[in-house]
Amino acid sequence: MTIDYSQFLSMSEEVSLLAVVLVLFIADLFACGKEERALACAGGDDTACGCPCGGHVRALLPVVLLLAQTIFILCNINTNAAAVSSAFGGMYESSGMMTALKATLNVGAIIVFLMSSKWLGAAENRIKQGEFYTVTLFTLLGMYFMISSGHFLMFFIGLELASIPMTALIAYDKKRTESAEAGAKFILLALFSAALLLYGISLLYGAAGTLYFSKMASMPVNLLSILGLVLFISGMGFKISLVPFHLWTADTYEGAPTPVTAFLSVISKGSAAFVLFTILAKVFGTGTGFFGLWSVGFFWIIVVSITVANLFAIRQKNLKRFMAFSAISQAGYLVLAVMGVTEQGMAALVFYLLVYLAANLGAFAVIHVVEQNSGKVGIDDYNGLYKTNPKLAFLMTLCLFSLAGIPPFAGFFSKFFVFMAAFNAGYYLLVFIALVNTVISLYYYLLIVKAMYIKENDSPIAAFTSDCGTRAALVLCTVGVILLGLVSAFYDGLSHLAGIAL
Amino acid sequence: MIQIEYMLIISAVMMCAGIFGFITRRSTLAVLLSIELMLNSADLNFAVFNRMCNFGGNEGYLFSVFAIAIAAAESAVAIAIMINIYRMLKGIQVDKLEKMKG
Repeated sequence: MTIDYSQFLSMSEEVSLLAVVLVLFIADLFACGKEERALACAGGDDTACGCPCGGHVRALLPVVLLLAQTIFILCNINTNAAAVSSAFGGMYESSGMMTALKATLNVGAIIVFLMSSKWLGAAENRIKQGEFYTVTLFTLLGMYFMISSGHFLMFFIGLELASIPMTALIAYDKKRTESAEAGAKFILLALFSAALLLYGISLLYGAAGTLYFSKMASMPVNLLSILGLVLFISGMGFKISLVPFHLWTADTYEGAPTPVTAFLSVISKGSAAFVLFTILAKVFGTGTGFFGLWSVGFFWIIVVSITVANLFAIRQKNLKRFMAFSAISQAGYLVLAVMGVTEQGMAALVFYLLVYLAANLGAFAVIHVVEQNSGKVGIDDYNGLYKTNPKLAFLMTLCLFSLAGIPPFAGFFSKFFVFMAAFNAGYYLLVFIALVNTVISLYYYLLIVKAMYIKENDSPIAAFTSDCGTRAALVLCTVGVILLGLVSAFYDGLSHLAGIAL
Repeated sequence: MIQIEYMLIISAVMMCAGIFGFITRRSTLAVLLSIELMLNSADLNFAVFNRMCNFGGNEGYLFSVFAIAIAAAESAVAIAIMINIYRMLKGIQVDKLEKMKG
């Protein structure tokens, strides 16, 4: 049997990302001579590194390459209704919506790279700087495959390709106990959830006799397939960190290096939520007997996720832990868009993700730069931040307002579209509960704002100037938070693509 | 004649033993072994369904081969992290991993 190699052309997004990874890998190999590298690392001195490419170039190269790749895939975006391309006998599928999501994830990765540039250039990280970029992009590649999968094998490989390198990133600070502890907790629970997911897929295989999404819709509803569905949902619940499966989230978010936490909270979660949507739509869609079952299940999962996470977020003292519970509650809203698996829901999901990406990465950029310059991550440490660092405090406020969903910012519009999609699908009570919870979430987001602006502090965080990378990341996030909601072209484009995809 | 139910009961028992071990074991290495048991029970299921039901093709066999490879990769990363923890904390018991609490 021979392979038609021209099929690789239809997966141009994955191939181009792989090319970027390989270029970065080779560039890292030749970036510095071995001895110079050892010297620079031992001395911790920027100027001692005699290599032609200093820290700036090494931080800039991945950003430029990834930007070029994003533009490349956006230029080739498939807006033609008839041509939802597939390759390798249906293992791989690609539509315009998937391309839009991949471009969104790319933007997120670029912002994470920008905000981490100074941290990666520091003496203890300099030698493993290249690894950070390569490993991060490998997780991104895994998400690409997961998003475009048309078969459970492809989906599972993509999922694991996304989560194995993620563990390496979480345990990236080799000398810090918290980082290793977070990595251990993450990998054990990721493996546990992967095992449950795999067992669920095996039961679905037994019930359907095939694992192609397109052929599985005719699966009979019996004990085997229902158990498979339940295990599949719980496996995905771990990845998206919905409430009964959220136990790893707070510890992992607190212990991981802050840029990695940012990446984990937005990009990994968003891709998993989208895949959950596509699989539920294709395999357990509205026409099948499973629809009513998982609708009821998700109803409770969403209610519990949003409410419990909100209540836990109020009592947190550490800002990264706080953001972890905020992320669980946001995941509840993200999954709200899945209910009903409508076109409108798909557009709302990706738009919500885009806005959440801007706001959450912005907040994490502020947390990261404050942590780098003062070493503080407690909420009480932020008392009086406005007096010393007014600009950072202001940007943080914008991002938190957007996360809470206050009208002029993008967060309001994204929440509105999600609620509208769920409302049109007929989940009135669920939308009402989510609305009530929005008010609770406003309370705890305002706690941070209150700490920064109103509370007095004898020893506030000293004034500092942030580095160019962080500034660029913050500018991108702020522009996103303000413009994404007001410029309607984004949502229009997404809803057009969603109409094609479903 | 061995029926498919016997095989499925074996894999279900393996799965439950794995979950039980995951919850009760105190050493992270034993926890990792329990997870391997869970993954293997799923692999067994794939092979059994492919062999005993007339689905045609080798989808189930192939899936289990890939799953084994992925499980090996994950174990390698997990063990690397545990070695790192052992160097810092001089032990890999689960109760040593409690610096962060909510």
